[in-house]
Parts: sequence; structure tokens; C-alpha cells
Amino acid sequence: MSTLLEVRDLFKTYGTGEAETRVLRGLSLRLEAGEMAALLGPSGAGKSTLLTILGTLMKPTSGSYEMLDQDMISADDRALTDFRNAHIGFVFQFHNLLPDFTALENVIFPTAVREGRETPTARTRGRDLLERMGLADRIDFPTANLSGGQKQRVAVARALMNRPELVLADEPTGNLDRASAKQVMDLIGEINREEGTTFLISTHDEKIAASCRRQIEVADGVVTG
Amino acid sequence: MLYALKIATRYLTANKAQTALLITGVAVGVFIFIFMSALIGGLAEFILSRTVGDLSHVTIEAEDPDPSLLIAPAGHVLAVTERGRTRNATLAEAETWLPLIEAVPGVRAVSPQITGAGFLTRGAQVSQVSVTGVMPGRESAILDLDGYMVEGSARTGSGLIVLGRDLADDLALSLGQTVRLQSSGGITALLTLSGVFETGNGAMDGARAFVSLPVARTLFAMPQGVTRIEIKLDDLNAADATALRIRALTGLDAVPWTDGAEQLMEALNAQAQTGYFLKTFALITIVIGVASALMLSTYRRRPEIGIMRAMGAGRNFVVFVFVAQGALIGLMGGVMGAALGYLALLPFPSREAFEPGTLPMDITQGSYGLAITLTVIGAILASILPARAASRVDPVTAIGQ
Ligand SMILES: Nc1ncnc2c1ncn2[C@@H]1O[C@H](COP(=O)(O)OP(=O)(O)OP(=O)(O)O)[C@@H](O)[C@H]1O
Ligand SMILES: [Mg+2]
Repeated sequence: MSTLLEVRDLFKTYGTGEAETRVLRGLSLRLEAGEMAALLGPSGAGKSTLLTILGTLMKPTSGSYEMLDQDMISADDRALTDFRNAHIGFVFQFHNLLPDFTALENVIFPTAVREGRETPTARTRGRDLLERMGLADRIDFPTANLSGGQKQRVAVARALMNRPELVLADEPTGNLDRASAKQVMDLIGEINREEGTTFLISTHDEKIAASCRRQIEVADGVVTG
Repeated sequence: MLYALKIATRYLTANKAQTALLITGVAVGVFIFIFMSALIGGLAEFILSRTVGDLSHVTIEAEDPDPSLLIAPAGHVLAVTERGRTRNATLAEAETWLPLIEAVPGVRAVSPQITGAGFLTRGAQVSQVSVTGVMPGRESAILDLDGYMVEGSARTGSGLIVLGRDLADDLALSLGQTVRLQSSGGITALLTLSGVFETGNGAMDGARAFVSLPVARTLFAMPQGVTRIEIKLDDLNAADATALRIRALTGLDAVPWTDGAEQLMEALNAQAQTGYFLKTFALITIVIGVASALMLSTYRRRPEIGIMRAMGAGRNFVVFVFVAQGALIGLMGGVMGAALGYLALLPFPSREAFEPGTLPMDITQGSYGLAITLTVIGAILASILPARAASRVDPVTAIGQ
């Protein structure tokens, strides 16, 4: 297995003075390509913070971060934007989809924004992904009319659109009932096995964590297990 | 950027009521802009036509010839012809110049005239009169004499005279009766009143007489040439340029109406300034309206902007999405306001058929294209600030909200 990403000695401090919150305190972590990992830890431990830094949406206060042999700390906004588009997919807990667009339009967004238009090739792939997520009959649905579980499956399809090496999911099933949660996790597992996409999923759910091959515990700002 | 345009369009159509309201607001601003343009333009046109419409736009008057000198080779003046007492300067070669002047672009009509002073006598009544000899058929070339006729015809001819209403009344003269006209040169003619006009201008109605050019030749002992050439232009604003052109072409002293009309021009200028001022405010209102609406939209869509940025949309892409919204709003509001403005101006009478008591709106001076262009530019400028704010949205806080 090759190393997909590695962070070392990550520190992240929010605010200053009285409001100072030291969240990450020298956290180090390595993810191999093709891993399926759960990110665990008590509320406020810094799971979302870590995912945001790994997703290049925020820089750590200090520490190093390399992904695909590139230095993510020194890269500028433009370079990181392109990098995210090509190599990282996101699934969030809330505010996942663009509400004024259909399921298919949401899914192909990462390709369309890169190409400057919605190409037929992108549409075909978007349709395939939605079918794979069991949403063949919801392709042209306005996302506002979808159920929570359906929305998260659309979000997973979109995260996969540009065939990224890494998908970061922050409590993707936090708002779902057990059945929907299981359906989403099964699909993620399937993609991981078949395409070798690396997943890092934060969760409070023991069952979901158990369904991942690796569990990463975060506490007191470091990886404890 | 086609894709950014698609997203901009979707954002606008997603909230139809709000977008419609915004576009209507812009349209109202454009409507005011166009209404002001048509009003100020129409008003200027109206004032000009009232004050200058009946005047000659370019006038060539005979200059008294300079005294001719006889100069010896050494430079001493040997003899000077003294200037004559009576004004008898003529444009002797007028006939040769007329076709040339008529061919100048923008010249609508040319009226060669012989003007002079005289006395009208009927019985014991004597009135001083200013006589204008015009070419038969060109009576209405400069002043719309036909339009001012209250009795008879404006047509001049042999043995005929056309007088103002007040003058005819003073002399108790009615159509078909004869009157004796004695010129300042002492020549007398017996003329029949063939028409009476009323312009509303006291000096005209009480002291002007029109006769035919041949009658004037006899009266003022001027077998050839004229004393004055009046020229009417298609566009009275072109008087300065056309006068220069005629001067260059003929060497005659062609004078535009604007010489000596500085006060009028100043007044019109001030009026135009007021128009610019009001139009600028209409545009500023549009800009503020669009800017605040887009600012609100930027704020409301923060989470979406965050998602787009996370998915790999660059800052420029976000800027373009919001600037395109501004441009679309400006374009649609501009076109709608221009159409409304045009429709609202349709019922107003045209410049020619203007009736006193109504606003002298000129539908042709609505500046529709300018209004739309300025509105689109204004809306784009208005969207730059919200667009920049949108592009700086931090994905982390936006998505975390
Ligand atoms: N923008 C911010 N400014 C200040 N403090 C912040 C900010 N974001 C997070 N924090 C704080 O940092 C700590 C870690 O937050 P984070 O969201 O990473 O935790 P988490 O492990 O994801 O928790 P949860 O399981 O509840 O989602 C918390 O104490 C939180 O209050
Ligand atoms: Mg969290």
C-alpha cells in the first residue's frame, strides 16, 4: 500500500486570549491509499477540525501536511481549489446540496465547474453514479424534494464524481435513521472495495465505526488509537 | 463561464417574486431616465422651435462695400470713394450662389429676399412698415406664413400685398382693397391686399408686409441681386457648422442664428444639466437597489457558496456568478424600462403636432439604447461588491453554520 496522505505535529488553535481554544495539539496521522477509516472521539475533540484541514479548506496553526507527495501547507488558494476539485470529495452533515438544482446537476457540479460547462460525458457519469446509489428515479428531481437519506446518497455520488483519491465525510449519517444510515454506509463500502477510494468518516455511531476496517480515536488533540 | 451564467440564471429564477420585484425596480429607474430624456429633449426642441423655428437658421446679409481706394505705387492713397448715405448694398451675384447654397447638405430651404422700409397710406391713415420681398412660392420657406394666415392666401404676386392682422386693422383694410406703398427710396406702388396673417408677435403683426420679389425690385430700385438670403436647415443645431461651410463655399458672410442667442443657449444648457442631474440620480438608485439586493442574496447563499468552493469552484467563478446576476438584472430591467418608457411616450403628440398645454415629450429622444447600456454597466458595477464578498466566504464557517 502506498501512502495517500500524512500529517505531522498538527496544531490548531481557534481565537486568541480568553477565547483561545487549542483543539489539535501535535496530531500526527497517516492514511494509506484504499483505506476505509472511521474517525472517533468525544464531541469537541476536533474531528471536524481535522477533516477541514485534511480537506484543505483550512490551514493548521502549525504542522506539516503532504498529500499525493504535494505540500498542502505552502500551496495558495488557487492551487488548493484545483487540488480539491481533482483529488478530494466531501460529504457533510448539513448543507450538502445546492437546493435550486436537480440531483443530477448537483452530482456533476465538480466536473462542470472544472470544464466550464455540463458535458454529455459528465451527465452520463452522473447518471451512472445516481443509479448506483439507487436513485435512478430521482435523477432530475429538485434536491429540495428529496428525503434526508436520498440527499446524502446524492452527496456521496457528487463526492465521487471526479474520481477523487480521498473522500472526507463528516458525520454523513448523523441525521439519518438506522436504515438510511446503513444504506449509505453499504454504498460507501462498496465504492471503497471496488474503486479503491480512500474514505475517512467521522462518526459517533459504534456500529458505523465497526463497519470500517480502521478506527482512529482522537482525544485531547492527538490520535490516541 | 457559460456554467457560471447557468448558475446565475438559476439563482434568479429560483426566487421569482424577488427577482421580478428587483427587475421592476430597475425598470422604474430606467423609465424615469427615459421619461426625463424625452421631456428635456422635447422641451429644448419645443423652446427652440418656438423661438428659432420661424427664424432663419443661417442668414447672409449684404455688406456695404468698402470704399474703393486708388493707391499709387508708392502706397499713397490718391482717391477714396465716399460711402453712400442710403443703404443700397446688394448681394449682386445672389442668383449664382443660390444653387450652390441649396446643394449644401442639411439645407432645407433658401429664401432670397429684398428687405426695406416704407409707408402704407390709405386715405388719412399712414403706417410705417417693414417690407420683405420674397420669391413667389417661397413665402413659407423660413417663417411658416401659410400656417399663420387668417384670411386670404400667403401667395405673393404682381400687385399683391400680404399684411399682418394689426396693420390691416389699423388701416381698416380688408381683403381685395388697395393700399398705397411708398418705399424709403420714394417709389410708390398701388397694391391689393391678398392675405392677412397673425403670428401672435406684435412687431410682426403690426408692421410687416410681404410682397413678391419683383414688386420689391421695383419699390427699392434694385433690378438685380437681393439684400438678404435666409436659409432654413434640417437641424437647427447644425447652424454653426453649416454657416462655416457656406462661408467657405461662397465667401459670403453667413451668420448662424446662434450668434447673439447666447442667453437662450445658456438657458437650454441649464435645462440639459438639470436633466443629467435627474438621470444620474435615477442611475444611482438603480445601482444601490441592485447592490443591496445582491448583498442580501450573497448572505443568504453563504452555505451554498461554501459548498461550491469546497467542490473546487474558484473565487473568480463565484465572482462571475454574482456579477452575471447583476448584468442579467440590469439587462432585463433596462429592456423592460425602455419598453415601458416607449409605450408611455406613444400617446404624446409628435413634435410637429404639438398642442400647447401638454408636456412637449419627444419620443425620439428617449435615449433607449443609452439607458439600457448605462443600466447594464451600473448593475454590473453594483454587483462587484457583493460578488467580492461572496468570493471571500470562508467555506468552513459557511458550511458549519
Ligand atoms: N471557528 C471556530 N472558532 C472557535 N472555536 C471553534 C471553531 N470551530 C470549532 N471550534 C471549537 O473547537 C473544538 C473542536 O471542534 P470540532 O468541531 O472540530 O469538534 P468535533 O470533534 O467535530 O465535535 P462534534 O463531534 O461535536 O462534531 C470545539 O471546542 C469547538 O467549540
Ligand atoms: Mg464535528
